[in-house]
Amino acid sequence: MRVSYKWLKEYVDIPVSPEELAERMTMTGVAVENIEYMGKNLNKIVTARIETISPHPNADKLVVCQINTGSENLQVVTGAPNVREGQVVLLALVGATLPDMKITRAKLRGVESFGMLCSAQELGLDPENFPPEQRNGILEFPGDTPLGVDVKELLGLDDVILELELTPNRADCLSMVGVAREVSAVLGTALKLPEINVTETEESIDGKVSININEPELCGRYVGRLIRNVKIGPSPNWMQQRLQAAGVRPISNMVDVTNYVMLELGQPLHAFDYGKLKDQTIIVRRAEEGEKLYSLDNVERTLTSDMLVITDPAGPAAIAGVMGGLESEITDSTTSVLLEAAYFKPASIHRTSKNLNLRSESSMRFEKGIDINGCLNAANRACQLIQEMGAGEIVSGFVDNHPSPSGNTVIRLRPDRIKLIVGVEVPGDRIKEIMLNLGFNVKEDGGDFLVEVPTRRGDISLEIDLIEEVARLYGYNNIPITLPEGASTEGRKTEVQAAVDRILDLMTECGLNEIITLSFMNPRNFDMLNLPMDDSRRVAVTVENPLSEEQRVLRTTVLPGLLDILARNSARKNKDLAMFEVGRVFVPVIGEKLPKEILTLGAVVSGKTPGNWQVRSYEMDFYYLKGILESLFRALNISGYSFVPEKGNHAFHPGRAASVRLNNEDIAVIGEIHPSVTENYKLNERVYAMEVNLEKVINACKGLKRIEPLPKYPSMERDMAIVVQRDVHAGEIIDDIKKNGGKLLKRVELFDIYEGEQIEKGYKSLAFALQFQAADRTLTDEEVTDAYEKIRNALSQTHNAQLRA
Amino acid sequence: MKDKLNSLKEQALGEIAAAGGLAELNDIRVKFLGKKGELTAILRGMGTLTAEERPLIGQIANEVREAIEQAINQKMSELKENERQEKLNKETIDVTLPGRPFMIGKRHPLTTVLDEIKEIFLGLGFEIAEGPEVELDYYNFEALNFPADHPARDMQDSFYISPGVLLRTHTSPVQPRVMEKKAPHIPVKVIAPGKVYRRDDDATHSPMFHQVEGFVIDKEISFSDLKGILLTVVRQMFGADRQIRLRPSFFPFTEPSAEVDVSCMSCNGSGCRVCSHTGWLEILGSGMIHPNVLKMSGYDPEQVTGFAFGLGIERIAMLKYGIDDLRLLFDNDKRFLAQF
Ligand SMILES: [Zn+2]
Repeated sequence: MRVSYKWLKEYVDIPVSPEELAERMTMTGVAVENIEYMGKNLNKIVTARIETISPHPNADKLVVCQINTGSENLQVVTGAPNVREGQVVLLALVGATLPDMKITRAKLRGVESFGMLCSAQELGLDPENFPPEQRNGILEFPGDTPLGVDVKELLGLDDVILELELTPNRADCLSMVGVAREVSAVLGTALKLPEINVTETEESIDGKVSININEPELCGRYVGRLIRNVKIGPSPNWMQQRLQAAGVRPISNMVDVTNYVMLELGQPLHAFDYGKLKDQTIIVRRAEEGEKLYSLDNVERTLTSDMLVITDPAGPAAIAGVMGGLESEITDSTTSVLLEAAYFKPASIHRTSKNLNLRSESSMRFEKGIDINGCLNAANRACQLIQEMGAGEIVSGFVDNHPSPSGNTVIRLRPDRIKLIVGVEVPGDRIKEIMLNLGFNVKEDGGDFLVEVPTRRGDISLEIDLIEEVARLYGYNNIPITLPEGASTEGRKTEVQAAVDRILDLMTECGLNEIITLSFMNPRNFDMLNLPMDDSRRVAVTVENPLSEEQRVLRTTVLPGLLDILARNSARKNKDLAMFEVGRVFVPVIGEKLPKEILTLGAVVSGKTPGNWQVRSYEMDFYYLKGILESLFRALNISGYSFVPEKGNHAFHPGRAASVRLNNEDIAVIGEIHPSVTENYKLNERVYAMEVNLEKVINACKGLKRIEPLPKYPSMERDMAIVVQRDVHAGEIIDDIKKNGGKLLKRVELFDIYEGEQIEKGYKSLAFALQFQAADRTLTDEEVTDAYEKIRNALSQTHNAQLRA
Repeated sequence: MKDKLNSLKEQALGEIAAAGGLAELNDIRVKFLGKKGELTAILRGMGTLTAEERPLIGQIANEVREAIEQAINQKMSELKENERQEKLNKETIDVTLPGRPFMIGKRHPLTTVLDEIKEIFLGLGFEIAEGPEVELDYYNFEALNFPADHPARDMQDSFYISPGVLLRTHTSPVQPRVMEKKAPHIPVKVIAPGKVYRRDDDATHSPMFHQVEGFVIDKEISFSDLKGILLTVVRQMFGADRQIRLRPSFFPFTEPSAEVDVSCMSCNGSGCRVCSHTGWLEILGSGMIHPNVLKMSGYDPEQVTGFAFGLGIERIAMLKYGIDDLRLLFDNDKRFLAQF
C-alpha cells in the first residue's frame, strides 16, 4: 500500500515528519518498509513557453527555441519531434538535476543552449501516464499553465510516499482513511474525515434498478446507485495526481472516481454502463460451469461454478470482485452508469482470482476482507465526487440489498487479563484512551471495559485481539523485561539426541565433512542406483506439486544426495573426498497417512588420504570406511554385529559389499559403489559408501553401565598363523577362534594376511595375535597352550586350517 | 711421604683435567684410587711412620683421596654433559618441514549454529522435542489457528503429499503435538529444531531450510517474560552488548505477536550494508500463544499462558559467518565446508 503523505494529512493531523511517522507506525504494527521522496531527483525544472522556433544552422534534426520562463528568456537547442511555438513545456535550467543527468551550459553543433526540454522518461516518470503523442517526445501542458512553476509542484511530486507492508490481519489499512485512523490512534491526533453528502436530481431510482442476490453466502451486500447525463472525460488534476501517487494510472473520470474511492475508503466499486444491462436487472449468482466472459483486459475467461458473477438476465457482466466484463464497460458514449458497492466473501474471491490467475486492486481488498457496513458510504462518496466534478447527475435514492445486516461486536476487556498477558499493569485510563483513539466505544462495567468494535476491524473478535491493541499502542518497548518465575525445569538431551551428537562428533573426528542435502530427489535416481523394479526403496513419498522433477519424491535412501555432492565436488576438481550426512529418509507405510521417517547416516569416501614427505597417502577403500563404522560402534559401545557379504544390493559392487547385521536385523550396508552407478553419477574414481539405520543403531546402543575392573594379573600373548583356502572369510575364522578360545581368550587380532610364493596356490595365510588372561591368577604356560591347541584343533576341523611353520 | 702424596695429587689432577672420555676417566680412577692404585701403594709405607706422624699423614691422604674423587666426579659430569650435547646436536631436525597430515572433518555450519542454540536453551532448562517433517495439515495449520482459507494453505506455498498431508512449512506443529502429550502438565519449556519446506527456490530461499521453535507454558507467563528470555538468548548468541527491539506483527498462532530485531553486530547499530542502514537485524518471530491454540491442544487459557518463538537457522548462520548467498549452505563444496 502506497500512502501519499500529503493526501494522508487531509484526513488526520500529523505534527511529525514523515520519518518519525514511519518509525512510530512501524513500532506499533503497521510497518513502513520504504519512504519515497517523489521528486527528490528533480531540481531547477520549471514550466516555460516556447516563443519562437528557428532552424539550426548546422543540423537538420535540431531546432533552436527561444523560451520564456516567466522571468527570463533563454535559448535552448532541442531535437524533440513535437515542439511547437506557444507550447508550455518543462525546461530543465542550467544547473538542474534529473534522475540520470545534470544540465550544464552547452554548445550543440555550434549553437549555445541554456537548458533542456524534458520528456517523461528523462524526468523518471511513467510515459504511459501521459497522452500518447507525448510519450516519445517532450511533455506538454495547457496554454494557461503559469510559467516558472517548479515541476514538483506542477505534477504533485512535492510529496513523500510511505510504502506500507501490511500484515494479513490489517486489511483495514488498505485505504487512506483506514491508515488515517491508525495514525490517529498512534499519534493521538484528531481525524478529519471527508464529509459525505450527495446532491441528487428529482428522478428516483425506484423501479429503475433491480438487484437480486442468489448467493447470500458469497455476496453479503450489494448497493447500487444510478448516475445520469454522464460526461466521460479526464478527471481533475488533483485526483490524477493522487491516483498516480498511489500507483494507479488515471483513465477517465468515471473509472478514476471508482479507483479514488477504493483508495480513499477501501471499498472497491464497479461502474456498469446502465444502458447495456438487460432489463436493468442485476443478478448475483454462481457462474455456470464453462460459462464465458471477456474481462476488461480483453481476455476470454472460462468460468467455473465456484466463481461468483454479476449478471443481467442475458449473461455475465462481471466476475464479482475481480474484474468487470468488456461488454458492460464504460465507454465514451456511456450516458448512464450503475455504480456497484458490494461485499463479497473473501475466500470466494481469493479462490476465483487464484484460479483465473487474475489479481486486481479490487480482488486484493475483497479477499482480505472489507467493511460490510461501509458499502453505502462509499457509493455515496463516489456519487458526491462525480457530481462535484460535473461528470454526471445523481439519481435520487439507492438500492441496498443487504440480506442479514449485523452490527458492531461488544467485547469484554479485563484489565487483570492485560496484566497477565502483557506483564505490565496498564492504567485503566490509558486502556480507555487507547480504545477511544482507535475509534472504539467503551463502557465501564465493574472494573472491566465493554468495548464496541466496528465492523471495519474484522481482525478483532476476541478479548486477546483487544489486548494486542493495548500492547502495541502502549508500546512493546515500554513493556518491562522479566524472566519466567515458577517451577524450575531441567534441560537435558534425550539419550537418542545425545547419541546422534556423539555420532556427528565421531564422523568428523574420523575426517569426514558433514553435508546437508535436500530431502527431495528425482525418481530417476532409482534407475541410476541400479535398483531392481521390485526394490523396496523405489516405493517413495511423492510430492504432489514439486518445483521440478528434481524434487519429485522424498528420499528413501541418502545415497543419491551423497553421490550428487561427490560428483559436484569432483567436477570442480575438489579431490579426495570424505563426507557424511545425517538426515531422515521417508518410507511410506500402507494404511498410514504419514510415512515412517528414519534417521539415517550416509557416508562416502573417494580418493586418497592426505600424504606428504613424511607419510605415504593411500586409497580410502572398503576397509577405510569399515574402520570408521567399527569405530562408531565402539564409540557407542555396540558389539555383537557381523559383516555379511552382500550380493543382492545392486547399487554396490557384488564382491565388495556387506550388510551389517545386529540382533538378526540389517542395520547398515557398506561397500564399493557399483561401477555402473558411479558412471551414472559421472564419477571417475572408485567410491565407497555406507548407509546406516541410526534408529536401529541407537536402539542397540546401551551406553556404559558399570566399569569392568582392570586386570590384576598379567596377560599372555601367542601368535597363530594358519593356512586356509583363499575363499574362507577371515570373519568366520575369527568367530571360530572366539567360540573355541574359552574364558581365557581376551582378544583376537588379525595382524597379517599373506598370499604368494611361500603358500600353495589357492590358499592364504592368516596371522592372529591372541591374548589370554584370567581375572584371578597368573596363567601358566600349560593353561595357555591348552587353550591355544583347542583353537587350533577346532580350526583344522572346521576350515581344514594348517598351522604355518 | 707428605711430599709424595702432594705430588701424587698434582699428577692425578693433571691427568683428570686432560681426560677426554668417560673410559679414560675410569682408568684414572683405578690408577690412583683402586685397590692396586698408587695412593694405596704410598699408604703401604705408613708402617714406617711414627705414632705422631701417622694421624697427620692419614689426614693428608684422605684429603688427597677426596680431592681426586671430587675432581673425577666433576670431570665425569662435564664429560656426560658434553656427550649429551653432542648427541643432541647430531639429532637436530628441520622443524620447518610440514607435519604428518591428518584428515579433519567439520560439522556443517548449520549444525554448528543449531548446536549452539540447543546448548543455550538446555542451559535455560528447555527440553528438545522433535516432530515429523511430513506433517498433517491439522498440526501444521488447523491446530495453530490458521483459518481454513488462509493463503499460507495454498498449494502455491506448501508442498502437498496428499489431501491433508504436507511437508511442514514451519517447526510450529511441534507445539500442538507436544501440548497434546503434556496437557495439563506445567511447566512446559521446549525447543523443537528441524527441517521445514516451502515452495520457493532462489538466491534468498531454499525449498528446504531449518528452524528452531521454542515455547513455554506455565501459570502467569507474560509478554515481559518472552522479552527476558529472548534478550538472554540473543546476548548468548551474539554477544553481551546486543540489544533487542520488538515490533508488533501477526502470526495466526500467537497474539500479541512480535518480530524481534537485534542490534546489528557488524556496525553496532549505527547502520551499515548488512543491516540495510537501519542498525537492526530481524532475526525471529514470536508472541504469546493464542488462547485458541492452547484450548485446541488441551490447556485452559484461563489457567495457563505461554509464549512461543521461531527462528531461522540459515539466517543466523549467514549473519554469523558473513555468508551472502544462501545457496552456498546447500552447495556442500569441500572448500566451503573446510572453513568452519
Ligand atoms: Zn549494521
